Amino acid sequence: MNNFSYVRAADIDGALRLAAQPGAAFIAGGTNLVDLIKGGIAQPRVLVDITRIAALGQIQESAHGAVRIGALAPNSDLAQHPLIVSRYPLLSQALLSGASAQLRNMATVGGNLLQRTRCYYFYDAGFEHCNKRRPGSGCGAREGYNRIHAVLGGSDQCIAVNPSDMCVALAALDAVVEVRSVRGTHRIPITEFHRLPGDTPQRDTNLGVGELITAVELPPSRYAPHSHYLKLRDRASYAFALVSVAVGLEMDGEHVAAAGLALGGVAPKPWRLVEFETALRGRRLAEVDLAALATAALADAEPLHYNRFKPELARRALVRAVRVAAGLEES
Amino acid sequence: MSADEQDPNNQALSRRLFLQAAAGAAGGAALPSMLHAATAPAAAIPEAASVSLTLEVNGSRHDLRIEPRITLLDALREQLQLTGTKKGCDRGQCGACTVLVNGRRINSCLSLAIMHQSDQITTVEGLAQADGSLHPLQQAFLAQDAFQCGYCTPGQLCSAVGLLEEQRRLGSGGAALTDAAIAESMSGNLCRCGAYPHILAAIREVAASHAANGGGATSDTP
Repeated sequence: MNNFSYVRAADIDGALRLAAQPGAAFIAGGTNLVDLIKGGIAQPRVLVDITRIAALGQIQESAHGAVRIGALAPNSDLAQHPLIVSRYPLLSQALLSGASAQLRNMATVGGNLLQRTRCYYFYDAGFEHCNKRRPGSGCGAREGYNRIHAVLGGSDQCIAVNPSDMCVALAALDAVVEVRSVRGTHRIPITEFHRLPGDTPQRDTNLGVGELITAVELPPSRYAPHSHYLKLRDRASYAFALVSVAVGLEMDGEHVAAAGLALGGVAPKPWRLVEFETALRGRRLAEVDLAALATAALADAEPLHYNRFKPELARRALVRAVRVAAGLEES
Repeated sequence: MSADEQDPNNQALSRRLFLQAAAGAAGGAALPSMLHAATAPAAAIPEAASVSLTLEVNGSRHDLRIEPRITLLDALREQLQLTGTKKGCDRGQCGACTVLVNGRRINSCLSLAIMHQSDQITTVEGLAQADGSLHPLQQAFLAQDAFQCGYCTPGQLCSAVGLLEEQRRLGSGGAALTDAAIAESMSGNLCRCGAYPHILAAIREVAASHAANGGGATSDTP
């Protein structure tokens, strides 16, 4: 584990100032960063502790029924917060399906957004080839053991998947990430926050150097009565998703007024399914050929040797999750 | 915060780094990159000095000088000799290192000690009363034979104490926890001996008595 110095920020401006030092990294829950430092994957020179910044911990209703979640809100507190349980049960369900009780107590919303992939070739510095860890070194997964890897959105350089459950729910819910830098505040829609690997797999997100996530904002709740997070994995608890689906439906009787859908475990970022959503809108759900829509959603899938099961698993998961959200099927 | 103070013992650090690298490499064929990963940051050591820290553990205050990279787990075990908390995987995957921080269960292996100034930390050594009478969960683990080798037990106990405290905070004390809910909530604690059915029985027993008392897990819960 490399050594580093440590400073504690008293407020947001102080944190931004301290983060301007070369090699600085923010630390909050530490569940991912400390692990990455131990593995030699992250090698910060200075850790800027932001956990004592009270302004970053609030979960509250903001204008017009939106809810603003401070970046330091622990995953466990967020999942159980009355505003989230009652208005965004999809988010609560996704959070509680991730990690363990201990890790959820530590991990924050901001850190979860920045969680790095669990690709074995990235996570183990013993592997020589990883374009995400060492740009230009190649990809060990493409011709290697790629069971957990992407079937959508990957590139020749990288097929690592985003491991977060929370982010899949946030994508379906149209969340917005609030970011502060020394230049001011800006807002990034969740679907534009994470990047596809392309030729720059080393960059997971569009967060700039020295920028700090301050909050996540959820638009007014529409899907609370009809939502579902379906997570499929190798064991019943405490495992990353092979495939997950976040579904929110706004129902008008038997018709779908609006829908938010995203897939997890299949792509380098939460995979929003806009065409599926559009196809559902205005339709009587019982008359929709969900299997056909799911097939279309996976039409561009490029499975590899060990993850050939994923497109079919994703198709079936999509159909089931939509039916459960609509109340047509038991979860 | 004295983060800028120089550590007079820097020479010892590089030796430790080397030993860690050698130990890590001994298990596999990853020698070149392990050494690379461990030796490259050694150049940065001079700027990372030991810092002063006060930890409050099981009601006692301890003044320490530690490097910022020392985890809470290592500070408890190596500096305070509180070896009840166990190091299993050291990567947040097994739960053996579970302790309570301000009443909440966390993995002490993934948390830096320096970040716990003024927190109230409870380890397995702090679960029993001052007179030596065991915590109800400790009694239940004995009564239900909820362990075999015992290595995961301190983490299981602290995690279970955290679970009961979470139930109390959620105000769901009146309803007994189902076996499925206990299993899900304890999934962060692995047991290589497979004592899960007995661990479950021990937690079920204590949770049920708390539920019968209206969820009053107060006097015996740190």
